Amino acid sequence: MSEENKREAGRQEETAAAEQQSPPAAEQTEPAAAEQREPANTQEVSGTEPAGAGAEHPNQPQPDTMPEHPDASASDKPAEPAAPAAANADVPSAPAGEAAGAGAVDPEREAKIKAAQEARAKRLAAKAAAEGATAGAVAGAEAVAGAGAGAVDPEREAKIKAAQEARAKRLAAKAAAGGEAAPGDAEPAEPKPPSPKQPWLDEAVELLKSEVHPEAVEEAVINELAGDMPTITVKAEHWRAAAELLKGHGKLGCNYLRNVTGVDYETHMEVVYFVINLETKREYAIKIRTDREQPSVPSAVPVWPSADWPEREIYDLLGVDFPGHPDLRRIMMPDDWVGHPLRKDYVPLDPEV
Amino acid sequence: MIRTEELLLNVGPQHPSTHGVLRIVVKLDGEVITEATPVIGYLHRGTEKLAESLNYTQIIPYTDRMDYVSAMTNNYVLVHAVEKMMGIEVPERAEFLRLIVMELQRIASHLVWWGTYLLDLGALSPFLFAFKEREMIIDLFNELCGARLTYNYMRVGGVKWDAPPGWIDKVRDFVPYMEKQLKEYERLVSGNEIFLARVKGIGKYDAETAIAYGLSGANLRCTGVKWDLRKNEPYSLYDRFEFDVPVGTNGDCYDRYMIRFEEMRQSLRILKQAVEQFPSSGETMGKVPRAIRPPAGETYVRIESPRGEIGCHIVSKGKAEPYRLKFRRPSFMNLQILPKLLVGETMTNLIAILGGVDIVLGEVDC
Repeated sequence: MSEENKREAGRQEETAAAEQQSPPAAEQTEPAAAEQREPANTQEVSGTEPAGAGAEHPNQPQPDTMPEHPDASASDKPAEPAAPAAANADVPSAPAGEAAGAGAVDPEREAKIKAAQEARAKRLAAKAAAEGATAGAVAGAEAVAGAGAGAVDPEREAKIKAAQEARAKRLAAKAAAGGEAAPGDAEPAEPKPPSPKQPWLDEAVELLKSEVHPEAVEEAVINELAGDMPTITVKAEHWRAAAELLKGHGKLGCNYLRNVTGVDYETHMEVVYFVINLETKREYAIKIRTDREQPSVPSAVPVWPSADWPEREIYDLLGVDFPGHPDLRRIMMPDDWVGHPLRKDYVPLDPEV
Repeated sequence: MIRTEELLLNVGPQHPSTHGVLRIVVKLDGEVITEATPVIGYLHRGTEKLAESLNYTQIIPYTDRMDYVSAMTNNYVLVHAVEKMMGIEVPERAEFLRLIVMELQRIASHLVWWGTYLLDLGALSPFLFAFKEREMIIDLFNELCGARLTYNYMRVGGVKWDAPPGWIDKVRDFVPYMEKQLKEYERLVSGNEIFLARVKGIGKYDAETAIAYGLSGANLRCTGVKWDLRKNEPYSLYDRFEFDVPVGTNGDCYDRYMIRFEEMRQSLRILKQAVEQFPSSGETMGKVPRAIRPPAGETYVRIESPRGEIGCHIVSKGKAEPYRLKFRRPSFMNLQILPKLLVGETMTNLIAILGGVDIVLGEVDC
């Protein structure tokens, strides 16, 4: 994410440089010369010409319209009119000849450029803060401060930092509420009433520990974002026994496997099984973490036959091996496909395909 | 003495009876199937991979193209999942519009199934009836959002377009008309002896098998399991309306047929109540932050599509794009049982059984 900021900061510098170059660009009134220029300049040149040599890319130099940041323009209204104004406003109003005569520097224009720059820096800072993770955000802010160069005064910087900190704090609180932390160690300041599904979680954890293995459970939380879903992380080596317990034990009886998802977390792989007892509606999400280089999770097909195709799909798209699966082969991609497309590090063998 | 040898037959991938690009490699001993292996993936577009580089609003049109016979329910499962993660309240008028289009969609989807299923079984005219009425629903959708199949109608926090003046009245008029037509359909087909001979006792399985294979929708309910997410895990406004969940007893193609037929009636019942209670004014978009960034964490949201449980599992890292987005597609899960059902059946029954499962290949492959 800090990389994204740097990229944007770089783009900002480019645009700023392009804007400063624009008076000499305006001197060139021949369309042929204008076409040779890089797209960053064509817009301003096109402003001086009625036919518009570069009119096919009227908006290209402005990051506001870049597709990767569809909400960037929406997130900061005041900056929006400032940037196009700086880019467009004075160039068309000054005929080409006059611009050439006026020389390179126009104080009003420079002020406008500066204003646009500042607005942009502000937007970037806001964006960095919104991204959440504090470390990345601070790095982003530093990058912004660097890019903004002389334009940033200490007071502004302090403000940005304060806003960032507040945001980060809020996000952290939200994450804690979202079930990232165990329900026990949430803030003691405002103790929440335990979830109505807490007993289900406790019961299952207890049974897994006593019937399967004392160390079978790695983590057990109530996931509030998913309607208080009791979520248990089970060690891979105990998964088969745990699955049999979940389905077979009279208290649990989760006979219906409704969904299986594989997730590539870049540090590890995770396979999530969503099971439910159709009579009591008691449900669990069971996660199994596995190594990313040699991902392997014991198959659940012997317990829930419905895991068959979903596991094949996960094998196909993420490369997770499921020992015990009766027919583990690709299901979506062709049999001779190389690689597993849903992995975060997937690079197509043939970019033409 | 007649000598037979094993015959390997490719059904599909392009054949009208496979309802899309589904291929079934069938081993035949004479007329009897000894092994059947479905081959899928011909329509795999990598929706889940594409979604990882799109923001949530941009993903909505991709959901239209999964189950393209029932795009409205696909829209709903995605926006509902995001709303649930972000705690967004949807205005009542918008939620009513969503519910009305979802129930209309359920009827339209079942009509496509009804028409094509009977076409598979050799009855041509029901198809013409079904598509005439389905066309009326599609016209209603067209008037609402300008599209006939890929609606892109719902948004996180509400719906894109309010109902145009008089639209609700058109829905109100459609309900009694459709009820009358359903009676007609029933007279035309449901008691037909040839039809009954083709579906009664065919493709039978019990509740235990259905649950073990993760079936949902009519495929599960035909065995007597009363599991409909509109009732069992109410979402939207379904807990405000009276309707029944039809279930079967035999778990055969005939029960699946009767359940879907009855579900159309129940959907009309919901629609009748919904247009009566429809708020006369109000917003169609709730308060939604400019940047849609669900908090870090994950959720699994599921609703009842015409084909069964459609689910959406979002893993978010607090960004505008999902880190991982997984769709639980009912057609994909329901199709798994096919090899088991086909062994020992004849080729003609293959068509009756496959049609009875009611799959949409756009959703199987995703």
